[in-house]
Formats: sequence, structure tokens, C-alpha cells
Amino acid sequence: MKITKEISIGDVAARSEELRGENMTLNMGPSHPATHGVLRLSLELDGDKVVKCDPVIGYLHRGDEKIAENMTYNQFVPYTDRLDYLAPIANNVAYAIAVEKLAGLKLPARCEAIRVLTCEMARLSSHLLGIGVYAMDTGAWTVFMYTFNEREKLYSLFEELTGARFTTSYTRIGGMTRDLPDGWLAKVSAFCDGVERTIDEVDKLLTRNGIFLERTEGIATISKEMALAYGLTGPNLRASGVPFDLRKDKPYSGYEQYDFDVPVGAKGDCFDRYLVRMEEMRQSVRIVRQVVKTMPGGAWYAEDAKKIFLPPKAKVMTKMEELIQNFMLVTEGPQIPAGEVYFEAENPKGALGFYVVSHGGGVPYRLRIRGPSFVSLSILPAIVPGNFLTDVASILGSLDFVMGECDR
Amino acid sequence: MDAATLLARFPASQDLAGKDMPTFRVAGADLLAAVRFLRDEQGFDLLADLCGAEWSDRPTRFGVVLHLLSTTRKEYVRLHVDAVDDRVPSVSSLHPGANWHEREAFDMFGIVFEGHPDPRRILMWEAYPYHPLRKDFPLAGIEVPFPAADVAEVTGQKVEPAPMMGGPFVSHGGKLSEGEPSALDQSWTEEKPKA
Repeated sequence: MKITKEISIGDVAARSEELRGENMTLNMGPSHPATHGVLRLSLELDGDKVVKCDPVIGYLHRGDEKIAENMTYNQFVPYTDRLDYLAPIANNVAYAIAVEKLAGLKLPARCEAIRVLTCEMARLSSHLLGIGVYAMDTGAWTVFMYTFNEREKLYSLFEELTGARFTTSYTRIGGMTRDLPDGWLAKVSAFCDGVERTIDEVDKLLTRNGIFLERTEGIATISKEMALAYGLTGPNLRASGVPFDLRKDKPYSGYEQYDFDVPVGAKGDCFDRYLVRMEEMRQSVRIVRQVVKTMPGGAWYAEDAKKIFLPPKAKVMTKMEELIQNFMLVTEGPQIPAGEVYFEAENPKGALGFYVVSHGGGVPYRLRIRGPSFVSLSILPAIVPGNFLTDVASILGSLDFVMGECDR
Repeated sequence: MDAATLLARFPASQDLAGKDMPTFRVAGADLLAAVRFLRDEQGFDLLADLCGAEWSDRPTRFGVVLHLLSTTRKEYVRLHVDAVDDRVPSVSSLHPGANWHEREAFDMFGIVFEGHPDPRRILMWEAYPYHPLRKDFPLAGIEVPFPAADVAEVTGQKVEPAPMMGGPFVSHGGKLSEGEPSALDQSWTEEKPKA
């Protein structure tokens, strides 16, 4: 006997309801290659779709703000290396400028030019890594090799300048640790030629690459209003169409002397954020070339800041006055007047802010660090839901964050 | 920045004559209205930073410092708010980006943000009993139970103060007559008993 069963539309609908099942909670990180450090995402998934994203941070929290309250201003410089450790010199400079603003110091032109030069080289280094790793996250291995080749050359230049490849600690309050080495600027020029070729090659490999477009275009669009509401800064803000760059709009360290353009995105999706970074690299090369060409001579530290910057070593060894000055500065720290200051510098990841409160003396009363990556990550619960799980890697890479700066 | 309108509309506020940017002290009750006024009428559309602070010269112990930025006028403004009874209204309804900053200020100082949508700790783990950026919290830390209770049960592990013994990496700018460079916070030394 043949048994047939009639199936109504209603039954099918009821069964598909059954099939939907429960949402699954997936733990991404804290050690996952796409989270670029110790970021943990607690994702709630409906099948392949993310319905809720809760970032868990703090795995790299070292208490930098507490540490700063217990040491002199110059002793804190090495800690700033470890904020955005992909662009340590830019952090050193931002911190030094914040404290110098509080002290009301005016720096000589050469010192400011060196700072601009190193900051732009740090931006190149950070964006080269950002784009190389982003390409890897979206399935293109080769780009990573191209960009890391250039970063290697940058590190050699940093090593010659500061003595360290990663942890540069190059600035002091009121100046730098040392002047540029002989012949270094010529090497920077040669590097510029090479990196421009590499940027063109990366452009050819990625910008019209079908797979890359598929994975980035239209993903995680951040509107202008949303970017402002969440306080995004740097390339992430500009990709959403807000033409705000601290180097142009609140110039510091003499950025107003150099000619450069600020790229702005149209849609604010992952692809726009990539495009903005690509163009920023070209503009950085442009600034570096200008600084190399116009590098002023003269003093490379604030010579009149007797209570802030260490005297030259040769004088310390031979003159009484300088010996006392050296001793007082090393033991008591640079003497910064009482007051408060907030300074933001346009770092590769966004605006790195330092809020320094001084009660006078050589130690800050309070030092607050505003990390751009902390702010960039706070938008994740708003933009990740609705995307597929595979897109999460693509979204994270496009925000270009670093956990050292997020957790501080 | 229209300081006169701000002061007229919020009589309890006070101009602190900031050297680097306009600075005002705003009463907690006026905070939301003042931030809305700055955002909607003065163009301060981006909350650059919000952080907790421990005052040294105020009757209230804690407070919050906000830095607002106008991307159109290219200006900053700073607001100081006293945390009366350690409480401050949350501005995350006006600037969603304040959400994490306020969680951090609560985590580090124990300031409670009224009306905050998600009042959890952010950098320290949820069961952590202290607020480490308070001035009375020692630099090296205080011994607390290990966050993972199941691991602690087997291993007996604890979160211990930082082992700084023998290496004073920190020095302070006190009077020279006190001797060698030494840490402001001496609780880790062997000479003095731990607090």
C-alpha cells in the first residue's frame, strides 16, 4: 500500500521556523589573527549573520596613566612608544608637544621640521602595515610582502636616527635626543623613490582587484553623522566624508608650511577607508620630500629652556653651571608650570590626545591619554551587526586599530 | 565660542579662563543641556575626550573633564563637571561615543554615570574591587582574587602587586634634600610596611 502525506504550505512554514534554532555565541579572540592583537569580540550569530557584537578590551591594560603620575615627564617618553607601537615616533612627538604647550616653549625651526619628517615617516610605516595586513585579512597575501619590504627600510632609517628600530623614544621635552646623522636625509630621499613605486604596485594589485572589491565595497558603511557622533578621527572620519585633519585645521609643529592634500571619502565603507589610507601615503611622501628639501639649520632643541632640556654633554663635563643644571634635571625632571593642557596630534590611527594637568615640578598630577583606537573600536557594536561573520575580519582591518593604544 | 550665552543660559557655570582653550565649570544638573547647546547651537559636533579626574582643590573629590571639538569652526572647548556624591549625568545619549569613555571613568575612578546604557567596567575585569586611578590606590596594585575562579581553585593563583622590588624605575620631583631619586609611592619598598 502506498502511503502519501499531504503537506500544506503552513506545515512547511512551521518547519522552517523550527529549523531556525537558537542564536549561537561565538568568541572571536583574544588571540585571533584578524583581531590584530588581544581584542576579544563576543559575537551573537544567527547562522552566518552577526546579530550582536560586544567587544571585550583591557587585555593589554598596563595602567600607563597611573604610571605617568609617578615619574618625571621625560621618563614617560618610552611608555608612549608602547601606545601605537606601529608609529612610535609620532606618539613621542605628540606627547612632547603637549607638555611643551603647557610649558609655553617655542621650539627652533629645525626641531619642528625634524618632528614633521619623522611623524610622516611613522605614518608611512603605520599605513604600510595597515594596508598590507588588511589585504591579507581579505585574502591577498602578496601585498603584505611588498609593504613589509618598505617598512624594513623605514626601520633601518629609524635605527640610524634613534638607535632603535621599534621603541624609538626619540623626543625629549624641549627637543630631541640627538640631531640627524650625516647623510641621513639623502637616504630618506632614496627611500621616497622606492616607496612611491611600491605604493603604485600595491595600487595595481588591490584597487581594481575583484575579490578585494567584493570583500570591502559597501561593507560597514559609516555615515558622516555616525562618524561624528562616535567621535571617530583620522582616516576613519575622513573616509566618511568629514574633511577634518588636525595637520591642516589645527596646525602644529609647522605643518602649515608644507603643501599637501587631505583625501576625503564619499561613502564611508571599508573600501573608502582603504582608499583614504592609500592617498595619505602619497601625501606623506610629498611632505617628506618637502621637509628634506627645506630642512633648516640651527639648533635642534630649545636652547633657552634651561629648566627643561638637558645641556650638551661636552659642557656638562667642563662647566659648573651646566653640571648643576644636568643634575637638577635628571633628579627632579623638567620643571613644568602649573596648569592644564589638552593637545591632539594627527597620528596615523587618528587624533592621539594628551590631557596633562600639572601642579608645577617635574611630575604630572594627571596625564590622560585619548587613544584613537579606543574610540574606533567603540563603534563596532553599531556597525558589525547585520554583516556576515566573514566580513568581521574585513571590518576590523578597515578600522586600522592597535590594542596598545586602545588599552593603554 | 559664544561664552556669554553659555554663562547667561547656565547661571551656575563659571568661566575658568583656560589658557589653551575656553574652559568652563558646569553644574552636573546643567551638563546635558550645556552639551546639547554646544552641539546644536555652537557646532561642537565631536566629543574628543571625556575622562575622570580627582580634584585637589575642590570640595567634591571627583569630577569629569570633557573636551568637545567643532569640526567646522576648528575649535575646542573644555568642560569641568563636579561629581557630587560621585555621580554625573551620562552624555552618551547626545554623543554615543561617550559610552566607552564613561565606562572607563567609572572603571578607573568609580564615578557613576546616571542614565548610562551599559554601566560595566571596561579595562579591568568585572569583579575587580578597586578603582585604580584614585590617588589613594598604590602604584604597584593590591592583591585581589584571580578573575577566573575555576583556575584559582586548582592553582591557588592570585593577582599580586607588581614586583618592583630592587628596581625603582620611578622617581619624583620632590626636594633634593630627601636624598636619592625615589618613587612618590613607596608602598612597595621593604623599609616601609605595605598599606
